[in-house]
Amino acid sequence: MEAVVIDPFVFRLAIFVLAIFVGYYVVWSVTPALHTPLMSVTNAISSVIIVGALIAAGPEDMSLAKVFGFVAIILAAVNIFGGFVVTQRMLQMFRRKK
Amino acid sequence: MGANFSAIAYLIAGVFFIMALRGLSSPVTARRGNYFGIAGMVIAIVTTVLNPQILGFDLIILGLGIGAVIGTVIALRIQMTAMPQLVAAFHSLVGLAAVLVAAAAFYAPESYGIGISGQVKTASLIELSLGAVIGAITFSGSIVAFAKLQGLVTGNPLVFPGQHWLNLLIGIVIVTIGVVFVAQESVPLFWVLVGLSFVIGFLIILPIGGADMPVVVSMLNSYSGWAAAGVGFTLENTALIITGALVGSSGAILSYIMCRAMNRSFISVILGGFGGDAGAGPAAAGRGDKSAKAGSAEDAAFIMKNAGSVIIVPGYGMAVAQAQHAVREMADRLKEEGVNVRYAVHPVAGRMPGHMNVLLAEANVPYDEVFELDEINSDFSTVDVAFVIGANDVTNPAAKTDPQSPIFGMPILDVENARTVLFVKRSLSPGYAGVDNEVFYRDNTMMLFGDAKKMVEGVIKAL
Repeated sequence: MEAVVIDPFVFRLAIFVLAIFVGYYVVWSVTPALHTPLMSVTNAISSVIIVGALIAAGPEDMSLAKVFGFVAIILAAVNIFGGFVVTQRMLQMFRRKK
Repeated sequence: MGANFSAIAYLIAGVFFIMALRGLSSPVTARRGNYFGIAGMVIAIVTTVLNPQILGFDLIILGLGIGAVIGTVIALRIQMTAMPQLVAAFHSLVGLAAVLVAAAAFYAPESYGIGISGQVKTASLIELSLGAVIGAITFSGSIVAFAKLQGLVTGNPLVFPGQHWLNLLIGIVIVTIGVVFVAQESVPLFWVLVGLSFVIGFLIILPIGGADMPVVVSMLNSYSGWAAAGVGFTLENTALIITGALVGSSGAILSYIMCRAMNRSFISVILGGFGGDAGAGPAAAGRGDKSAKAGSAEDAAFIMKNAGSVIIVPGYGMAVAQAQHAVREMADRLKEEGVNVRYAVHPVAGRMPGHMNVLLAEANVPYDEVFELDEINSDFSTVDVAFVIGANDVTNPAAKTDPQSPIFGMPILDVENARTVLFVKRSLSPGYAGVDNEVFYRDNTMMLFGDAKKMVEGVIKAL
């Protein structure tokens, strides 16, 4: 017998695979009328990649990695604010018959 | 804050993102969904910033501030008709951010706990190179998509001989260099990998024509998700892995829906080259002595005023002419005359999924007057007038009757079944598929030649 302890990677892979299935069912239930807001909001949430940028920009000392992190923070923040605001703008417009 | 606590916070953020997408199942719950998304993002960012290894806050605050101002200003100013190019531009930013974060993890592996410089864990190297490659493809591909949608470059497909072989060759080289990079952990090879991925991103999207853009935008949406997931594995971050999987599958499903709505295989869209020279299509030759009946705005107003029911079929031409507000005003006048007015939206009308629905919503059309293809198609046979504005291929019966037609098999809106078809169009030129539309020449069709907006305003005046 080898590998009594499971590599944590396997757990992350499990989360990943299950999340794909969750995504599959959740997205099929999205009404076609809201497919454009779906794209803008997925765009906003995929910018959670900013967590990686924050860690890179975190150290006190200047380094190339810190510069990469800084630029990535700006890019991701444009997306986060732009994505959520424009989604909100669109969703405000969807009104029922008076 | 302990590592376990952070991990749970990231998990909650991931769940909130699922709730954000779940909300979009109905316009009633959609706004609440968006708040879930915002809350998830706040949780993820705050959790990260509270991490003890984050010591320097100046660049973080500066970067967030700059991004917040730019993003908010763009989002508040953008025209709804320009939504496809905005989304494409946003995708490119996610892609580039993924490349930069992967690079940062490679240059400063200590910060991420994935080894030390020169001795990064092999699994992490694989994950971050995947994130960087997909991110780079997303970036350059989205730039091309943006340029095409914005009209900066021609929307026609750009094809040259040997294109697919060149792409295949570059693809093989990328995989090979990727393997060597993981084995040697070489800094220059990392950038070669990123550079080649930029190139292939350009080359993949260039041959794809303007009207296939709904598929392309969805596909790049999917790519941005997979790139985020790749980086998420490197960072061992649950929120990022969940989000990447959600966005990846979301984009893939949208691509599938768009392909199905055009009856085209995903592969044929990617290979590109479809619908370049409008007018050169095979059916154009068979036009013969058919003649179309042209009418004026006054004629159209008279017909619709005396109709019991009207279905409006909007397409990309309505977006180009910015005619959505005029269309709604026309519908209001018709309703005052006692006419029942509804809207029929084809899945690929416009340049991105759901494009028409947003434009109609912007013009204050209530969403319960707007129907999808399956919901309304059988009603055309009982309706008095089908008012087609800026749509063409999605109404072409050749999709059902002519096996030779390039659009054969595509589900269409059966406008020809209406008692009268009013077709607003600039000329008799075929749509992007290069196929003549026989609806133009039917006895029950009246062509309204002119700019969509001016024509509708003319109808309003005559009502």
